[in-house]
Amino acid sequence: MRNYLLTVAGLLFANAALAQTPVLTVYAPDYFGSEWGPGPSIEVAFEKRCGCDLEYQTGDLLPRLLLEGSRTEADVAIGFNTDVMKRARETGLFAPHAVDTSALTLPLQWHDDTFVPFNYSHVAFIYDNTKTQGFDSFEALLNAPDDLRIVIQDPRSSISGLALVLWVNAVYGEKAEEAWARLAPKIVTVTKGWSEAYGLFTDGEADVVLSYTTSPAYHIIAEEDLTKSAAIFEEGHYFIVESAAKLASTDKPELAHQFMEFILTEEFQTMIPTTNWSFPAALSEDKWPEGFQQLPMPEDVLFYSEDEAAALRETAIEAWRSALSQ
Amino acid sequence: MAKRAFTIIAALLVAAAVVVPVVAVLWRGGGLGSLSAADWSALRFTVWQAFWSATISVLLAIPVARALARRAFWGRSVLISVMGAPFILPVIVAVLGLLSVFGGKGIINLALEQLNLHQMNIYGPHGVVIAHVFFNLPLAVRLILQGWLAIPSERFQVAASLSASVFWLLEWPMLKRIIPGAFAVIFVICLGSFAVALTLGGGPRATTVELAIYQAFKFDFDLAKAASLAVIQLLLGGVAGLIALFLTQGDFLGAGLDRVVQRWDGSAWVDGLWISCAALFLLLPLGAVVVAGLPGILSLPDSIWPATLRSLAIAITAAVLTIVLALPLATRAGEIASLFGISVSGLVLGTGMFLLLQPFVRPQDIALPVTLLVNVLMSLPFVLRIIRPGIENAQSDFGRLGQALGLEGWALWRIVYLPRLRKPLGFAAGLTAALAMGDLGVITLFSRPGEGTLPLFMYQLMGAYQMKAAYAAALLLVTLSLALFWVFDRAGRTHADI
Repeated sequence: MRNYLLTVAGLLFANAALAQTPVLTVYAPDYFGSEWGPGPSIEVAFEKRCGCDLEYQTGDLLPRLLLEGSRTEADVAIGFNTDVMKRARETGLFAPHAVDTSALTLPLQWHDDTFVPFNYSHVAFIYDNTKTQGFDSFEALLNAPDDLRIVIQDPRSSISGLALVLWVNAVYGEKAEEAWARLAPKIVTVTKGWSEAYGLFTDGEADVVLSYTTSPAYHIIAEEDLTKSAAIFEEGHYFIVESAAKLASTDKPELAHQFMEFILTEEFQTMIPTTNWSFPAALSEDKWPEGFQQLPMPEDVLFYSEDEAAALRETAIEAWRSALSQ
Repeated sequence: MAKRAFTIIAALLVAAAVVVPVVAVLWRGGGLGSLSAADWSALRFTVWQAFWSATISVLLAIPVARALARRAFWGRSVLISVMGAPFILPVIVAVLGLLSVFGGKGIINLALEQLNLHQMNIYGPHGVVIAHVFFNLPLAVRLILQGWLAIPSERFQVAASLSASVFWLLEWPMLKRIIPGAFAVIFVICLGSFAVALTLGGGPRATTVELAIYQAFKFDFDLAKAASLAVIQLLLGGVAGLIALFLTQGDFLGAGLDRVVQRWDGSAWVDGLWISCAALFLLLPLGAVVVAGLPGILSLPDSIWPATLRSLAIAITAAVLTIVLALPLATRAGEIASLFGISVSGLVLGTGMFLLLQPFVRPQDIALPVTLLVNVLMSLPFVLRIIRPGIENAQSDFGRLGQALGLEGWALWRIVYLPRLRKPLGFAAGLTAALAMGDLGVITLFSRPGEGTLPLFMYQLMGAYQMKAAYAAALLLVTLSLALFWVFDRAGRTHADI
């Protein structure tokens, strides 16, 4: 019995000791918090500044926050893609960030009082430059012979797949379905997510895969492999940004604010390229890793505001679905 | 009567563990949502592909199981074990393995190209069925093989002395009893297909109900719709179970003295052909998985080991719990209740449990126990399908003798039934452990970094471009799953081959 009491006392004491270090709870997608994502190094860097304990909880960001509502433990949530930001904003769960975003280096103007962007990329078709000739426009890809093998992701289950149908819509507008019909014979298959498609590409089952302009950087930097290229289209590329927001219900508003400000610092931003394999949102190009500086960049960036995207989404997916169901 | 009470309690527990989370999602979603035309066509495709996948799996399994039952050859038991691997492979790896054989640049097409023959195209409805047969043929073969091995050798002697047809006298009654249940289980598994159906189906024509649920959750956050679709899944699972029970007939073949069966019938050539074809079909893609995984195996990060240990712990615990729960559930009603467990989307089940538990505990604190619970629910239908015929045989053959000897309760089980059930119990425990090991499951819904399982680890590697390491992790996963399966299965067979 005495042992039991001692244990209980010990636990209480430990809790009291822990309570002196405030804990900042950050919700993040699984890839962000994983060993290979940016999460761990960001945690170390931020804990040095804040004298706090940063704790990630990983999983599906928005579904979880919607389930928990204002009872959520999260102080900050990081990893919102452009396609869920409207829905996230409408929950009213987030507070304005009040961070000075003048340091942003995004390829387009960005004003948002709730979400702070931390990295971006563009969807692009990746190919092996030793086997396949590149394409300098969407038109060229559509005109490619039908034995070209392309794998894409499903717009109903994948972010990049959704960005692609919006991209086609931005380039072809009314004629989107026609464009899809021309692309259809070359599309070998459609996958649930990015990993399956990219696996099919690296296994040689596909010549071309839908991925990001930043994908070749991984092969250049981590594998010293220069054979993977992104086809840069003259019509422009659809743009995807990831952002973070502060929960209105946080009981550590100062700490949460400090984290939000940390996002745009050089220390945070330099960690992004080689962990999330995307472009940092607030870092001048000369500070990017060399492999990123070599990447060809699209001249034009195509992007729908969240309201436009929400209005177009269903039509764009339907054009894809009906053309590929023939 | 005490046994009856156990059955009822266990069946209620299982039904509650499935139905309550679905109701929680329904309640939170504000009732049933309406389904669009696209949802109905997804439902039609789902049922269509599940029907054909189950039918072809079972039809092909019959000659393969018969060949395995009546031929003895060197390496037979290893072959039977390894042939079971597709069933326990993580989906994403299995798809890549299948495509390296059947895909556009796969082994078969390379061979056809060499011979200047027309190339085959795997993508389409037939591809969906081929992939599902690849996954489920092993299960069907094992279930049917078990039926064959349960026919007492004395019966074959009688058939021989009467010069009667072994098929009509012995095998057909056995098949009538085994096949409906095997079909139902495979049909229900295929109802939940998503990534496989989409990838092999080649595009949006191969849209399944599970995809619609995923979309409703992740993109639209439409819980009402997700719950409605889950209710449809429940109904389909229930109907499949009821039809199977209705069709299940055929007599017990009576007790024997467990002598080794000596077979004289059938052509060794034909049997050899069936076994070789099945082995090639199942082992070639598996070989591709091994070849893809070997180069990275030595450079796997150390952090894989804690994840591996967590997965092993889940697998072994799931095996023990499932067996404990399955023994009282091994009745008709229990089997139907258990089919609900695999018919419902794991996503709905996980979200429902999240909703239910969230007021009391932090979901991430119980990520592993919830994963375990879902694994138990998912394995129950297979386990029951495996052990029920054995339990019924033991009860009909030895129940009265046991009673006459005054054995009852635990003593009856320990002395009479359990020794006769060692084989199916070992197989069932092995299958559960292997399935739990490979299941990504609900852990993706809520977890803390660094507390994941081996399958999660593998998916994270893939998501981080590290395909080589991911394939190596997959190889480790398959090897450990098979090893677990083999240990349990072997433990059941030792001293049972009297």
